[in-house]
Amino acid sequence: MTTEAKVLDGRVPSGPMAEKWRKCKNEMKLVAPTMRRKYDVIVVGTGLAGASAAASLGELGYNVKSFCFQDSPRRAHSIAAQGGINASKNYQNDGDSVWRLFYDTVKGGDFRSREANVHRLAELSGNIIDQCVAQGVPFAREYGGVLANRTFGGVQVSRTFYARGQTGQQLLLGAYGALMRQVDHGRVKVFPRREMLDLVVVDGTARGIICRNLVTGQIESYAAHAVLLCTGGYGNAYYLATYAKGSNVTAAWRCYKRGAFFANPCFTQIHPTCIPVTGEYQSKLTLMSESLRNDGRVWVPVKQKDSRSPDQIPESDRDYFLERRYPAFGNMVPRDVASRAAKERCDSGYGVGETGQSVYLDFGDAIKRDGEATIKAKYANLFDMYEKITAENAYKAPMRIYPAIHYTMGGLWVDYYLQSTIPGLFVLGEANFSDHGANRLGASALMQGLADGYFIAPYTVGDHLVSKKLAAVNTDHPEFRRCQDETGSRISQMLSIGGKRSVESFHRELGKILWEYCGMSRSAKGLETAMQKIRTLREEFWKNVRVLGSGNNLNQDLEHAGRVADFLEFGEVLALDALTRNESCGGHFREEYQTAENDTKRDDQNFSHVAAWQYMGADKAPVRNTEPLEFTEVHPSQRSYK
Amino acid sequence: MSEMLNLTLKIWRQASPTAEGEFKTYKVYDISTHMSFLEMLDVLNEDLVRKGEEPVAFDHDCREGICGMCGFMINGQAHGPERKTTTCQLHMRFFKTGDVIVIEPWRARAFPVLRDLVVDRSAFDRVITSGGYISVNTGNAPDGNAVLVPKQDADRAFDAATCIGCGACVAACKNASASLFVSAKVSQMALLPQGRPERSQRVQAMVAQMDEEGFGGCSNTYECEAACPAGISVENIARMNREYIRATLTAAE
Repeated sequence: MTTEAKVLDGRVPSGPMAEKWRKCKNEMKLVAPTMRRKYDVIVVGTGLAGASAAASLGELGYNVKSFCFQDSPRRAHSIAAQGGINASKNYQNDGDSVWRLFYDTVKGGDFRSREANVHRLAELSGNIIDQCVAQGVPFAREYGGVLANRTFGGVQVSRTFYARGQTGQQLLLGAYGALMRQVDHGRVKVFPRREMLDLVVVDGTARGIICRNLVTGQIESYAAHAVLLCTGGYGNAYYLATYAKGSNVTAAWRCYKRGAFFANPCFTQIHPTCIPVTGEYQSKLTLMSESLRNDGRVWVPVKQKDSRSPDQIPESDRDYFLERRYPAFGNMVPRDVASRAAKERCDSGYGVGETGQSVYLDFGDAIKRDGEATIKAKYANLFDMYEKITAENAYKAPMRIYPAIHYTMGGLWVDYYLQSTIPGLFVLGEANFSDHGANRLGASALMQGLADGYFIAPYTVGDHLVSKKLAAVNTDHPEFRRCQDETGSRISQMLSIGGKRSVESFHRELGKILWEYCGMSRSAKGLETAMQKIRTLREEFWKNVRVLGSGNNLNQDLEHAGRVADFLEFGEVLALDALTRNESCGGHFREEYQTAENDTKRDDQNFSHVAAWQYMGADKAPVRNTEPLEFTEVHPSQRSYK
Repeated sequence: MSEMLNLTLKIWRQASPTAEGEFKTYKVYDISTHMSFLEMLDVLNEDLVRKGEEPVAFDHDCREGICGMCGFMINGQAHGPERKTTTCQLHMRFFKTGDVIVIEPWRARAFPVLRDLVVDRSAFDRVITSGGYISVNTGNAPDGNAVLVPKQDADRAFDAATCIGCGACVAACKNASASLFVSAKVSQMALLPQGRPERSQRVQAMVAQMDEEGFGGCSNTYECEAACPAGISVENIARMNREYIRATLTAAE
């Protein structure tokens, strides 16, 4: 069977950009307060998107079931976000506006996001701050008692709200509090230590999920009238990433295999300032906030393999390569540009440290200029964290940094209503693809997760519930039985292989393949190699993986095995997406498509669209559908940082 | 430069919540001093899988010291020997070759063991559910600057709000008291004007739930503060006690 590639409709409302969301809200159907209790809604994931959606839907009166694989909803990885959250409040009187936040985000995304979604995000940004303040989120304040702001990369205004270096933690705990309040009111039931392993689709509509109870091993079914997927990004496909160890693609991938399209998987973000890898045993990478580049100067020795300690290398033997190549922006070039430049230096033999895979981020000049006390006041928590991990004092010697996978802009395709290609399946936060295009700006992820959860999904899910005639479905339905059996046999199969290699070793190897061929720099030849290697590795996994223990109790190796099995399928589609996008944009850098200055070269003629992959069955090539992108407000231009 | 360590580990193994547990002894070799404590356990687990023995179960997620999921007793200390450091941020450079390291789960009636080093901390969620929030529905909020918050209050509220909910305070306390955890949330809310309308009912409900869950009373030995990876101060416990007395002595109407 062959399927023609489709052109997808994002269902963007008509009318002027600034009126679209209002018009949409006016036209959506409402559910009467007394009727809401008749509807069950499942929310998977309890990060910013999931917790805020579950809490808000509970407040409205729906019956909400909230699921997470961690032991408590408060653990979701949104908690680790450091820097801040953007909002176009213009509290600083520096000319910020909804339009400017919208413009910066579309441009920062290298013109690969859907304009209408981004505009709505900018419109809602102010409400988010108000909501969080009311919940008791202790944002930084000025002495007069008003909210404080700081600047972040890629913009000319101060619009970032923050709670020291722990903004994500404070926002998440605010949403978690709102969620637990609804638990207290009986509107939300929380199911922790549950991993979603399948989506149940009945008559073409998402009607429930299959989970594994991670404590008892029980395979459980839950039916509902709508399913909200808020399960985050897939960066752990690369093994070494700044993600939490448990973050995975499984829930999204299971939905893909049930008919949800996966959009732009090759749009991955690599953050330049992470603590470098020290050895083979390394289990994850840690980010150091982008704000450090305001005062730190990035350099490597002029000579290859120069093993002198940095204080022995005189000024004349140092290459401040970002300042040299990008005199206009210097050390503050965007994340993707800085990352690629560091990789190029290291690959050419100029890298420093034991492994040669790092560059210096030097605060020596800033300390000389402003004094150690000033630098300490700005960055003490980051310098402390750096010392905790590396045992090096960055006030005395330069930090060593290297880029790492940090965020994924791709995700399940959703329309303007955040609904996937499966009716009744909504996708929120990092798990969807819509707002950041090919590159996300700093302090925008928190904004998107909360906009989706607090202010968008509560309306659009209600519209779905009353617009569709949803027959009564419970977990006795044959489709639930079938999905439950399939999940069970997949688990049995993994446990019965009894091979020689650990799950961990497969994950590491997959990560190395993706990082090598589908990381900061990609080529057609490399991507083809990657796809071949991933296929071979996947075949070996199903023959030679060793998963011990049983499926009837807490078995972390089995949990990991299921996630790695899905990464092994997903990784190939990620590479395929990168291979078929014959242009460079944002985080997607194809060596064949670059400007004379080594920058990304977009092809708006042929690739100003979203690629949305459709599953066609095991061992069949997926179909590449597209959604054309139209830019009516912000005219696409070539980025230059010279 | 890294050094290599050879270590003896005595780890609590318990197959299920109802099974009898016991300490088992393992050797690990060539552990780099650059490794984190959990990476050292990863090495052990890889080795166990190779030998056909089930790996040691332990909770962990972010490995950046912020999610609060990891934590166990290391040589009798919650999160090990380093101050203000979670288990995932503890590095092997604080150990010497030849060391014997004893690893066991949090011990508290309110935190039953699920398997090996994994415990059930849902009691904390139930304490928050009883009132650890401000009752404001989505969409009800006034402008963020409508209510001014003195910087000092915002900063102190933030200091209390950084609790990561790991349970080290409970594990370190000889009474298995949750006072530090509960008082951190009570303090955060009591210090902010947004939290004032519900301050009385909040502290009473949370303290009642804390007792209900089987946590002991405060022992006043400050072990909790010493063990806390987030640096939560025992001043919060004093504030919680004041809030509680205030709530019980002043009638609502």
